[in-house]
Amino acid sequence: MNDMRTMDNTVLNETKITARDVHVHYGTTHAIKGVDVDIADRTVTAFIGPSGCGKSTFLRCLNRMNDTIPGAVVTGKIKIDEADIYDSRVDPVQLRAKVGMVFQKPNPFPKSIYDNVAYGPKIHGLAKNKAELDEIVEKALRRGAIWDEVKDRLHAPGTGLSGGQQQRLCIARAVATEPEVLLMDEPCSALDPIATAQVEELIDELRQNFSVVIVTHSMQQAARVSQRTAFFHLGNLVEYGETGKIFTNPEDSRTESYISGRIG
Amino acid sequence: MTDIPQTGPLPDGQTGPRPGSLLVTDDRTKRRNRAEARFKAYGIAALAIGMAFLAALLWAILSNGLTAFTQTYVQLDVPLLEEKLDKDGDRDPAKLAKVSTFGYAPLIEQALVEQVEATGVETELAPKALSKVLSGSAAAQLRDRVLANPELIGQTVSVELLASSRVDGYLKGRVSRASLARDKNLDAEHLDLIDAWREAGIVEKRFNWSFITGADASDSRPEQAGIGVAMLGSLFMMLVVLVLSLPIGVAASIYLEEFAPKNRFTDLIEVNISNLAAVPSIVFGILGLAVFIQFMHLPQSAPLVGGLVLTLMTLPTIIISTRASLKAVPPSIRDAALGVGASKMQAVMHHVLPLAMPGILTGTILGLAQALGETAPLLLIGMVGYIATNYPEGVAEGFLSPNSAMPAQIYEWAKRADPAFYERAWGGIIVLLVFLLAMNLIAVLLRRRFERRW
Repeated sequence: MNDMRTMDNTVLNETKITARDVHVHYGTTHAIKGVDVDIADRTVTAFIGPSGCGKSTFLRCLNRMNDTIPGAVVTGKIKIDEADIYDSRVDPVQLRAKVGMVFQKPNPFPKSIYDNVAYGPKIHGLAKNKAELDEIVEKALRRGAIWDEVKDRLHAPGTGLSGGQQQRLCIARAVATEPEVLLMDEPCSALDPIATAQVEELIDELRQNFSVVIVTHSMQQAARVSQRTAFFHLGNLVEYGETGKIFTNPEDSRTESYISGRIG
Repeated sequence: MTDIPQTGPLPDGQTGPRPGSLLVTDDRTKRRNRAEARFKAYGIAALAIGMAFLAALLWAILSNGLTAFTQTYVQLDVPLLEEKLDKDGDRDPAKLAKVSTFGYAPLIEQALVEQVEATGVETELAPKALSKVLSGSAAAQLRDRVLANPELIGQTVSVELLASSRVDGYLKGRVSRASLARDKNLDAEHLDLIDAWREAGIVEKRFNWSFITGADASDSRPEQAGIGVAMLGSLFMMLVVLVLSLPIGVAASIYLEEFAPKNRFTDLIEVNISNLAAVPSIVFGILGLAVFIQFMHLPQSAPLVGGLVLTLMTLPTIIISTRASLKAVPPSIRDAALGVGASKMQAVMHHVLPLAMPGILTGTILGLAQALGETAPLLLIGMVGYIATNYPEGVAEGFLSPNSAMPAQIYEWAKRADPAFYERAWGGIIVLLVFLLAMNLIAVLLRRRFERRW
């Protein structure tokens, strides 16, 4: 994908997520040190940086998955559409329906393909009857670009699919609850190049409907799929901007070093 | 390094492999290979010893216990004389019940004498002595039959009466003419009679259903003793254990594993649970005595109390195995469920618990099997030594009325003097083992059944 095309349509979109002065502590470890970032709607935002830089931790702040880790403390403000998600009135369960997540390793439930996708809509009461549920499942699987491969075996186990198919199934499962934001934590790190290409293509399509935030170790991948890129280093957000600019003309010397392979 | 060929030409002029060549095994590798072979041999030896002990155990149990499943019966035609059993002839159940076993004993003696004459056996035994070939319970057996069916009075009925334990022992090879010399109960003359009757088909050994279904009997009537009532006692106890320990154990493990904060207090609880699993079971028995019987005033010897004590004993086992199987569920499944917006409770109930189910069930059934075979705690709440001679009337009685349990019954029989009880103790062990095998089989089947759902 060329950078010229991605640069065209990013600037117009309004801000979806606003983070201000976010700190994360795991026990005595200071994992995130004051991150400020604005994530745009209907845009793919990539978080890059060396291992242990805090990009995954920050991603998990956005749907409060850090709440499940004992000893993790998050301070600062993260707003989605002007609502502070760390407000005491916010139920993380409701938040996670709105902010879907795809994990590093494909993790389908050990149930049928249909049940994998239908689980989210079922627990959130999105379907009134079986026909509606069927419709939601089909739509989600189509959005996950896996419908054609699985439509004849919806009741086969999801764990029996190939790695790439499993990851697309997980993406379908995440979009089935109609989230507004989709978080992806290194979604292609366990996949082969062909499956990676399929998932990347899918991410580009998902941009039509969702705000996608993707953590990746592969700078090529960030350059291919994202419109905006944030570079994290040692818990700090070093640089954030249009992907094309970050990769061709970074402002910070650390960004340049990382992109050119000198640190990381 | 002497066994490695040195450089240079070999005696016959050819060149051998050089040192360091892959074709030569060096000393170090040889030593490692020998160590590995030795280790394998130890393993096989250990396994062989284990198998030998198992075979010896099975042989001992089967050879000693199988005889308990057959019993000797004597076929007699007993005239149920109306003038002895029902003087008024009105078949009033109240009056019939007043005739005790002493009213029936003469009828049986008479039948024995007639049988001796009919088979043409020469014997000098008096009618009173003749009745020693029958069990002391023969008269009661006959009386029960008449009370159940008063129409029989006035007829001559053909009944199968239990032979005495000595006669039974003679047919099973436990009693011989030599051993009878020291025995006041039976003479060699009795045995001549038995031999003759055996040929005539009057004395016969057959499958002993009443051992499986029957109640325990007094010290002097081993031939009548059965394990059925104790089996029922064990069954009621297991029901209590299952109903209490499975939900409590699983709920406690889910809370500790998935919800509880990790702090000093929960650490303390964890250590205590692990220690409780190693506490001798008799300690649980004395706890049950103090709490359930002396403090709560629950009935003594009742399967309910036994079940409560065994529940306490089984809980740590179930909690430990349940926690282990919950831990074995990959965290990615929890993440996946939380990621689509399931609450923690939903993630556990919909995804984690079903995956942990095979392990939980296996742990539970093994815990139950352990509880089924436990004797020591029952000592202290009065279930050992209780002579379970009656079936409980109804389900509530089954929980509350005094009863024994299978292992307690086996222990009770094993400590009685009569060798006929010894045989029954081994027979009881066979029944207990069949139960344990069945439970383990259920555990395996359930695990298969649940694991098949990927």
